[in-house]
Amino acid sequence: MLNLIVLVPIVAALLVLLGAPARKTAFGAAVIQAVVALLCALTYDKSGPQFQFLQWSVIAAEWDLKYFLAADGLSLVMLVLTGLVTLAAVWVTPTIEKRPNLFYACVLFISGGAAGAFASQDLFFFYAFHELALIPTFLLIGIWGTGERHAAAWKITIYLALGSFVLLIGLIDLYLAIPETLRTFDMLKLQDLARQHVIPAAAQTRPYIFLLIGFGTLISLFPFHSWAPGAYASAPTPAAMLHAGVLKKFGLYGLIRVALPLLPEGAQHWSNLLLVLLVGNILYIGLVTIAQRRLDLMLGYSSVMHMGYIFLGIAALNVIGVSGAALLMFAHGLSIAALFAMTGMLRQRSDSLAFADLGGVGKAMPFLGAAFGCAAFASIGLPGFANFASETLVFFGAFKPAVNDALVGNFRIATVCGLWGVVISAVYMLRAYKAIFMGEPSKAVATWTDVVGAARVPVLLLIAALMIAGFAPKTVLAFVKPSVEALVPKTK
Amino acid sequence: MDPQLVWFILVNPLIAAALIHLVARKSASTSTFISVMSSVFGLIAAIGVFTSGGGHGPAPIMEVPWLDFGTALRVPIGLLVDDLSKLMLLVVTGIGALVHIYSTVYMEHDESKARYFGNLSLFMFSMLGIVLANNFVMMFIFWELVGVSSYLLIGHWFTKESAAAAANKAFITNRLGDFGFMLGILMVWAWAGSVVFPEIGEFIKGANINQGYVTAAVLLVFCGAVGKSAQLPLHVWLPDAMEGPTPVSALIHAATMVAAGVYMLARVFFLIELSPGAQTVISVIGGLTALLAALMATQQDDIKRILAYSTLSQLGYMVMAVGIAAPGAAMFHLFTHASFKALLFLGAGAIIHALHHEQDIWKMGGLSKSMKLTFLTFAAGYLALIGCPGLAGFFSKDAILVAAYQKNFVLFLVAVFTACLTAFYMTRLFVVVFLGKARTPAAEHGHDGPIKMTGPLAILAVLSVIAGYAFIAHGALGHEMSEAIEKLEAGPGKNIAMIFGTLAFVIGTGSGYVLYAGKGKDPILIPPFKQKFYFDELYAALIAGTQDLLAKVSAFLDKWFIDGVLVRGSSGAVWGLGFVLRFFQFGNLQGYAFLFGAGVVALIYFMVFA
Repeated sequence: MLNLIVLVPIVAALLVLLGAPARKTAFGAAVIQAVVALLCALTYDKSGPQFQFLQWSVIAAEWDLKYFLAADGLSLVMLVLTGLVTLAAVWVTPTIEKRPNLFYACVLFISGGAAGAFASQDLFFFYAFHELALIPTFLLIGIWGTGERHAAAWKITIYLALGSFVLLIGLIDLYLAIPETLRTFDMLKLQDLARQHVIPAAAQTRPYIFLLIGFGTLISLFPFHSWAPGAYASAPTPAAMLHAGVLKKFGLYGLIRVALPLLPEGAQHWSNLLLVLLVGNILYIGLVTIAQRRLDLMLGYSSVMHMGYIFLGIAALNVIGVSGAALLMFAHGLSIAALFAMTGMLRQRSDSLAFADLGGVGKAMPFLGAAFGCAAFASIGLPGFANFASETLVFFGAFKPAVNDALVGNFRIATVCGLWGVVISAVYMLRAYKAIFMGEPSKAVATWTDVVGAARVPVLLLIAALMIAGFAPKTVLAFVKPSVEALVPKTK
Repeated sequence: MDPQLVWFILVNPLIAAALIHLVARKSASTSTFISVMSSVFGLIAAIGVFTSGGGHGPAPIMEVPWLDFGTALRVPIGLLVDDLSKLMLLVVTGIGALVHIYSTVYMEHDESKARYFGNLSLFMFSMLGIVLANNFVMMFIFWELVGVSSYLLIGHWFTKESAAAAANKAFITNRLGDFGFMLGILMVWAWAGSVVFPEIGEFIKGANINQGYVTAAVLLVFCGAVGKSAQLPLHVWLPDAMEGPTPVSALIHAATMVAAGVYMLARVFFLIELSPGAQTVISVIGGLTALLAALMATQQDDIKRILAYSTLSQLGYMVMAVGIAAPGAAMFHLFTHASFKALLFLGAGAIIHALHHEQDIWKMGGLSKSMKLTFLTFAAGYLALIGCPGLAGFFSKDAILVAAYQKNFVLFLVAVFTACLTAFYMTRLFVVVFLGKARTPAAEHGHDGPIKMTGPLAILAVLSVIAGYAFIAHGALGHEMSEAIEKLEAGPGKNIAMIFGTLAFVIGTGSGYVLYAGKGKDPILIPPFKQKFYFDELYAALIAGTQDLLAKVSAFLDKWFIDGVLVRGSSGAVWGLGFVLRFFQFGNLQGYAFLFGAGVVALIYFMVFA
């Protein structure tokens, strides 16, 4: 099953490169991927944290290196996210004039790579699949981007390459911190080792900080974020959707999957640093977002800002917070993908995404106005959408760990900042919505045609998923919680 | 009582909203039908629940789990039906149904009628959720949903710049209050280990009370009420919210949503009770709001805005009542206020409708002749609001005055003075709008609306007369409520309150009549009142001076420092070394491939030799 989710897009990408009809092939692959991911979720046994759908072939037995796919609830949720966003991304892709086959191949490689990273339970492939997904992201921005695409592509390439390099150092350092006889790439075995506390506390701090900075750069953790807004603003729509929606979650997934269970003391050690940085994401980037005057840049910054909440959940180091973080990864992925998809629809109609050049779009395009409103409200944490349930869990998780019932603690200060961020996000999102969709349309805007027919489906799909997980967060938490319980270190 | 009936009350408007938005949105008449029917069914079901007895005190009915983390955190969607929520159910569904019916006329020619009714049903769902919530988080969920439905309805005519701005202002101001509310919820949870009201109630029975902590938590929860019930200093959104269609102003921004803050305070009064300090703050905020809003109301010219400031002032009354430990009196006033203020708004709507969207009272006049029914019903609401002895407002105001007298004499005086001001500015409005001569041609051709408009007015007028008696009549509106009032009135100050209340009514009405009868324009001008004490200007400067300035500075820093100096600078430095990045000169892909390759090599090296 998992092989289908991972390999179908990759094989399809290769076929497209060899000349298969680009859009049809990509679309077929995306449908298969999404359907199989959902089927896996339906047949998954949610009673415990055990990995399911195991498949492997040994590559180097002496290092215990193997191509090994398996999924627990956490992986599965990320795979469903990958499937849904890929399908939506391929669906909304407009006609590509320049080298369409390479374009679709890139999109499929991102999807397959991301799925591979989420499904691989071998450290080497976990890393390698992510790299496979990154390279086409750079190409998509560099070749098909808009605006200052060369500069943006250049920056994201250098930045994420360095980030991955730091991450690699961290992974190696982690690997070496494990006693020699026990070393393995098998993440299931690593998880068992974590329970036996094989890595002494003193040896955990260094690899953790490498992992935090490495993964953090990929997630646009403040102050390693400045690659993101420009890249998202320049990226072609499906690239922005897939990267912000799915691929960026790799870093967060990695922190939960690898760093937390194996290096719990390291996480404790650096938790104050992480709190400071994530407050930077929430407050500082939040303010920067308010100052933006262009929709694409504003969404790019808002996406950076929302990473702060996921970090807050992870920093909480308890089941409530980390479950909230995992749910928020899912929710944010869907909502930002929907927002970028609709930004792409606006871009097809308007040369400029500056607020000053838009206005009254809601009257000219009622469907887009309503759908964008849903996604915008979702992203600022309105109940009814999954983002609210997850942010609530994050806040509850983060508020708890005050030491000895003290009224004020670092986590509580960070939670207060996080709550203030909720006000900030209402400010920038509603201002943007008003500037773009409300008011009387200009003559030019009044001629724009609304999104009709099948073109609505991908957006509705994402919003529906957000609402299902929002009304009944259990649908997602039932998968996530057992895994998180197994992954979150049980500290005193 | 039948649990399913209560679930029906909650879910029924959601189904209506979903049907309208998803299926019927193209057909205005079908949408209207669905929404109105759902509101009528809701009222019938609420009466059913209300009359079915069910004993005293809270009786948890049914829960479905929503978030479940064992003992650490349990958030159900659960219904709490007791005297308090039953009374509120009646208010919400009752006013709701009347406003739905009235809206069919008022919004008849609106091109987005379906959207209007869909959002009205969404509002009903959200509001009923607040009423029935048995825990803090569920209440917060519906609290936010009420905020968004209010946003949607204020911004119903979103192509109008002022409406769009008012919608944003309402939502963001409410979010400010909710920032405190959520924090308060977190504090209560961290202390009591639960967010479910009955469980917290059980917990505090044996708990150690840390005054500082509890006061902080209660005041933060109160922040939510300050936002939703538009108390000082977050009151600025409510007058602007009058940009919405008038039936919406009646239902949401007079009778129900803005009363949600008061309802919430009554619901969590068992917590407020624990902290005398918090009570003082709450009563002072309420008293100040009552007074200042009444002063602002004396100088407004827009009929809806006068009523809006009046609403602010009356909400201040209710909040003050909670602060002086009389939540029963607060709920009593909430109950009577809902009927007469909804009546006044709907009456104002009938006038605005008849006068082709004229809202300036100085362009009206003499409407008592041309709009007889509207005039008569409006008079009932007017007299009820200003505390004319015998009408609804008199009794509920009296209960608050008694409570204030028993607790805090300064607040008592503030309340009496506010009552006097209320009589004054409402008389001003009444005299200028209905008496004298018509000042414009439009006002000469005023006419009563059709039965769907006058019917709700008449029903509300009757309620404005009898609501006071209904409440006092023992047990008619729930034992808890009437017992609280009886207890209050049994204490000292009953006669003094009645005398002062009546005096305030006489003086306010008299001076208003003398000053304004027969006048063609306002004979007095008090700029601070007319300019609403410059709150809006102050806040605009504050936002520009803090948030927006900080935003600009941060954006500048981000562009020129973090991205400019640090990122470009450091990558430039690495570049200078020409170490790894030289390979980037061949293009993204090759350079990247090199890094990746180097990584793999390093990995293998470490595995083999380390």
